[in-house]
Amino acid sequence: MSSTFVGMPTLPSQRGHGNLHAEEPFPQAATRELGNTQLRANLRHATHTIRDKRLNVVGELPDWEDLRQAGSDTKDAVMADLPAKLEEFEANFTARGGVVHWARDAEEANRIVTDLVRETGSEEVVKVKSMATQEIGLNEHLEEQGIAAFETDLAELIVQLGDDKPSHILVPAIHKNRTEVRDIFLQEMPEVDPALTDNPAELAMAARAHLRKKFLGAKVAISGANFALADTGTLGVVESEGNGRMCLTLPETLITVMGIEKVLPTAQDLEVFMQLLPRSSTGERMNPYTSLWTGVTEGDGPQNVHIVLLDNGRTNALADKYGRTALNCIRCSACMNVCPVYERTGGHAYGSTYPGPIGAILSPLMTGIEAEDNGSLPYASSLCGACYDACPVKINIPDILVHLRGEDVKAQHEASRVPTEMDVLMKGAEIALSSGKVLNLMEKALPLGRLVAGRDKKIKKLPGKLAGAWTSSRDIPAPPAQSFRDWWKKEGRA
Amino acid sequence: MRIALFATCIVDAMYPSTARATVKILERLGHEVLFPAGQACCGQMHTNSGYFDAARKVAANHVEAFESVEYDVAVAPSGSCVASVKHQHPMLAERAGDAGLAERATAVGAKTYELTQLLVDVLDITDAAEQLGSWFPHTITYHPSCHGMRLLRLGDRQLDLLKTVGGIDVVELPEADQCCGFGGTFSMKNSQVSTAMLEDKAENIRSTGAGLCSGGDASCLLHIGGGLSRAGAAAGTLHLAEILASTLEDPAEAPSTTTGATR
Repeated sequence: MSSTFVGMPTLPSQRGHGNLHAEEPFPQAATRELGNTQLRANLRHATHTIRDKRLNVVGELPDWEDLRQAGSDTKDAVMADLPAKLEEFEANFTARGGVVHWARDAEEANRIVTDLVRETGSEEVVKVKSMATQEIGLNEHLEEQGIAAFETDLAELIVQLGDDKPSHILVPAIHKNRTEVRDIFLQEMPEVDPALTDNPAELAMAARAHLRKKFLGAKVAISGANFALADTGTLGVVESEGNGRMCLTLPETLITVMGIEKVLPTAQDLEVFMQLLPRSSTGERMNPYTSLWTGVTEGDGPQNVHIVLLDNGRTNALADKYGRTALNCIRCSACMNVCPVYERTGGHAYGSTYPGPIGAILSPLMTGIEAEDNGSLPYASSLCGACYDACPVKINIPDILVHLRGEDVKAQHEASRVPTEMDVLMKGAEIALSSGKVLNLMEKALPLGRLVAGRDKKIKKLPGKLAGAWTSSRDIPAPPAQSFRDWWKKEGRA
Repeated sequence: MRIALFATCIVDAMYPSTARATVKILERLGHEVLFPAGQACCGQMHTNSGYFDAARKVAANHVEAFESVEYDVAVAPSGSCVASVKHQHPMLAERAGDAGLAERATAVGAKTYELTQLLVDVLDITDAAEQLGSWFPHTITYHPSCHGMRLLRLGDRQLDLLKTVGGIDVVELPEADQCCGFGGTFSMKNSQVSTAMLEDKAENIRSTGAGLCSGGDASCLLHIGGGLSRAGAAAGTLHLAEILASTLEDPAEAPSTTTGATR
């Protein structure tokens, strides 16, 4: 079989590498981020603003639920037939003068891109905002290879100049307020007016002047893609600033790095996704710039057009029947904007390129649950369900979080036979709660709890790490003298 | 109608007055209430902590308990536990390849209602004062728990019923749809984030000036009440069943956070 599919990944599912890992357990990272009051204030303001905007534009569409269903169905169908759709895309992209490269993981993708840039003789590239290249750590890799990559999306520029990491997939500098942005510009842009204020229009003009020179001089651009259309071999980028379009049209060489799950069957599918995506991401009816390109057009735009189709753990996610719908994600970021956990911790707490609820499932699905601290990510949710309601392609994130918690428990039990505190708690609860009779016996001890509670009828401190964590901020009322079950029996009722 | 009460473990052990109130409401309407003795818990804590094997045993016990008696519908004063019975029990059985248990769990789930779902959708209660004689002359606010809101799609059933209680003043809770931060073992595993969410919920409750916060899930109320109590807030929590059961002749007291002990 494999010889007929030249260039197709032929190995079994591949684990994802690169920037997909929590660097420390989530609770630890979250606790640190929670202490940053400036971050908390910025995030609260930003997420609430974008939430309200999204609700307004979603509310005005009478067929929003139908659109969500259509988006979900289309993506499900693509995932069920992914190899065929990718080959169809490959054939059409190639026929129109583009070159397709397949990358099993981050290392392969980085190597391919580096070689392509080298071939041009250029030591600089301009970049369109892209999650896939964040995921594989392309900028860092290029830098090591002596190639300078310049981010051109305003927020990515802020993050890059500030030597920082993105904390949100759509608004990567969401953790910075405008005063912080001004300070970064003053420090990092040599040509900037020292009297620059934190007025957003002034900041945008400073960035514009800074970037314009890059656009005009660049020979190579690197982009991601929001969509790939199988039937025409077309790629698409959806953006707000027009900086992406500068990169997509001015340079000689255009290299796109795209996850294999981004393919859509036909151009008509954009009808659904172009309604879902802008409304869910920026809360706009329509985004300002949508660029679509199909191969090479002589004398117009880049003449050297490449795409790197990236697996990096996506087939690993696809192989998980309870988790695979996570690949339906169109990177709108609605889930993180509505998430009460993300709102308080910010994106850095998740470690991975993909933060928030989708990141908490996508990262471990791509790397495997046992990779580094990714096993802690599925617990970063109260399972309130706000993300599922907001998701434009109806990914049931809470159910997948629960599934991955099961995978984590299984992996932990395989790794060590020493029971954890949680294991002991769960075993005890299992015994107590699997039988009405046993529970009745346990409830006979309720008056003991009343003794512990003492005169003010509050239990204020419990031993152990887990129970102690509860009483670190919450009292427990003294239990009643008798359970309902006991009362019912003593009343002589059936 | 013969109605089987699923008290839920937390109400059974910590808030028996909520179960008694549920019985009162249903009996006042002329229904027969029974309590399947084998019942214990829905297993949600195990499921949501990733302990599926243990959860399945707890769920199987629930299915058995609610198969062992004859009744028309089952009811629980909890949106979360009902959602678990309806959605998680079949899932747990299916994952273990137990199609028989999955089918039985689906049948039990189909007959199980959250209290206000039963009152509004099945028993046609739209005016608590008129039809239940509910009387509770206090200012309250109301927190719609996530699972009732998003898994059962209860909409405004709980709030609408509370608003029709005689003498009551229901003030709107700002950011009511935001999670209180409980999330079962989330409150222990990610206690700091949970606490940050709880503090905002408590602050919103305080801002209403209401003496108590009601809701349909004892677990969330335990969490919210625990936070209010620790903060020394004047407001407490009370399950909506106790407000609906309260009458002029037999009124429920507006509690402080400590009264779980005395009632």
